[in-house]
Amino acid sequence: MRRQGIAILVGVAVVVCAIAMAKIRVNPYVYFAGYVVLQYVVIATAWNILGGYAGYVNFGTPAFFALGAYTAVFLIQSVRAPLPVLIVAGGIVSGLLGLGIGYLTLRLRGVFFSIATLALSIVLQTMIVNWEYVGGSRGMSVIRPTGPPFGSYVTFLFTVMAGLAVLSVLVAWFIERSWIGRGLAALRDNEEAAECMGVPTLRLKLVATTISGALFGVAGAPFPYYVTFVEPNSAFALDYAVNALAMPMIGGTTSWIGPVLGAVLLGTAQQLATVTISSELSLFIVGVVLVAFVVLAPEGLIGLVRRLRGR
Amino acid sequence: MFSWDLLANAMVAGFLIGGFYAAVSLGVSLIFGLLDIANIAQPAFVILGAYMAFWLNGAFGLDPILVGLGLTPLFYVLGAVVYRIYYESFERRGEESLRGLVFFFGLLFIMEVSLSLTFGVDYRLVQTAYTSRSIDFGGVGIAFRYLVPCVVGMAMTLALYLFLGRTFYGRAIVAVSQDQGALRLMGANPVNIKTIAFGVGIAAASLAGALLISIAPVIPSTDRDYIGRMFAITVLGGMGSIGGTLVAAIILGVAESLMATFFGPSWSLAVSFGLLLFALAVRPAGLFGR
Repeated sequence: MRRQGIAILVGVAVVVCAIAMAKIRVNPYVYFAGYVVLQYVVIATAWNILGGYAGYVNFGTPAFFALGAYTAVFLIQSVRAPLPVLIVAGGIVSGLLGLGIGYLTLRLRGVFFSIATLALSIVLQTMIVNWEYVGGSRGMSVIRPTGPPFGSYVTFLFTVMAGLAVLSVLVAWFIERSWIGRGLAALRDNEEAAECMGVPTLRLKLVATTISGALFGVAGAPFPYYVTFVEPNSAFALDYAVNALAMPMIGGTTSWIGPVLGAVLLGTAQQLATVTISSELSLFIVGVVLVAFVVLAPEGLIGLVRRLRGR
Repeated sequence: MFSWDLLANAMVAGFLIGGFYAAVSLGVSLIFGLLDIANIAQPAFVILGAYMAFWLNGAFGLDPILVGLGLTPLFYVLGAVVYRIYYESFERRGEESLRGLVFFFGLLFIMEVSLSLTFGVDYRLVQTAYTSRSIDFGGVGIAFRYLVPCVVGMAMTLALYLFLGRTFYGRAIVAVSQDQGALRLMGANPVNIKTIAFGVGIAAASLAGALLISIAPVIPSTDRDYIGRMFAITVLGGMGSIGGTLVAAIILGVAESLMATFFGPSWSLAVSFGLLLFALAVRPAGLFGR
């Protein structure tokens, strides 16, 4: 209990720091870029709950993220719902999609699961493209509500995303240290053996896919207000899928700190490269770093540190 | 008012496209179906082939299909190198499932971004003397633009079928897919044979890419549209069955074409993925599964 208390305190401290940062006047672009990095902390952590703990590689990150974003667009369009409602609704809808994907794991394991998630992303994109109410293929612009609680709207969103990042890391931390995390690790190593030992594999997988999906949706829900123009190609960008798996792979997939480390390092590097060089080249760097880490340092940065300490 | 003419045209167009889809999917059938290596970078190799055909056609005026055929040795070597890296980093350590998948995904992404850095993101198309011609059979038009790739695709299918069934190396590849341990006991090295098979699979992508860019305009991110198609065809055809690949490709081609004709082209992409999800969930062994 004490350790949980400390973890929550640290989380609260991070949010307070983010609010304090939002109060200080620095270059507004810092918040704009910082939002993306924090968004990737949520996405990478969400991916790792299924990919790192349970060993199911999900290529469908764009599907869950965009579903969160489009749920928000729908609610803004229909009832002008406030931001907290958008975030909760995005989480619920994407969580339900995650639950569905979880039932798919009954028939599909390993590679087939991954291909199915990729397929899911394209099917969903096709449906959104054909749905005129949320903008169809042309996309639609979203007007930010006036008068954020403090600062400009971007600094406000930055703080919100910081809170969501802390929330998702806490969720991952709790899962890792509970019976759920141990059960997931067992089924990652050998699903049949775990099932034989009485580990409720299906229930665990459903928990993992639902939570992972819900966190993706939560990350996507503020997206319409952040970009103010939502269209399918940017909401369903393959970049999300690559980043979502590159970040935990670089940091290390076995612990909650891995995705956070990966997201902060790779996310910041990408933002810098986008400004200084070009966005295409920054994506190229992500790809190369991903392949290099997978080939040369399969345990990620955490594994490298551990190996250095072991000697 | 239901138009039978429209239906007949859609069926024929779908059949022709299906022959082309077979050409695109043969590599996956070989690499994923037989060797069990989840090479999701295959469509990126096809797009690379397409851009090579575009580049050499623009520079020297060469026929795209001849370029595709001429570059097969180069793609074979590329494939062999990629397999060796894959083998050394993952297969030998027994980590192929999760990290191998990520490796190929990264490869796909790198190739896609490299192509858009080199050639830009404009749509590219290769025009040839025969692309604009067509013949008419009592109201059903057959465009050469689709007919030629279909014929080449069927020829490739036949060639691969004969290679796997009749030649020494082809039969060795089938043997690897059946029982690697037994093959090792016979004194053969499974890694060498898998290298050959992977190389052949990537070489097929060169020719498939050349066909692709003479059918329709290509951008670097076109590869994403083909991931689902390739794997849907391979799974539906029964994982490594070459004849099954052709049949599944034609089924998909006709289904997509009907969808595009009667519901609008924006829905046709969902067909392949819907079919894939359906095949995976209901009958993972495919139509001609072992």
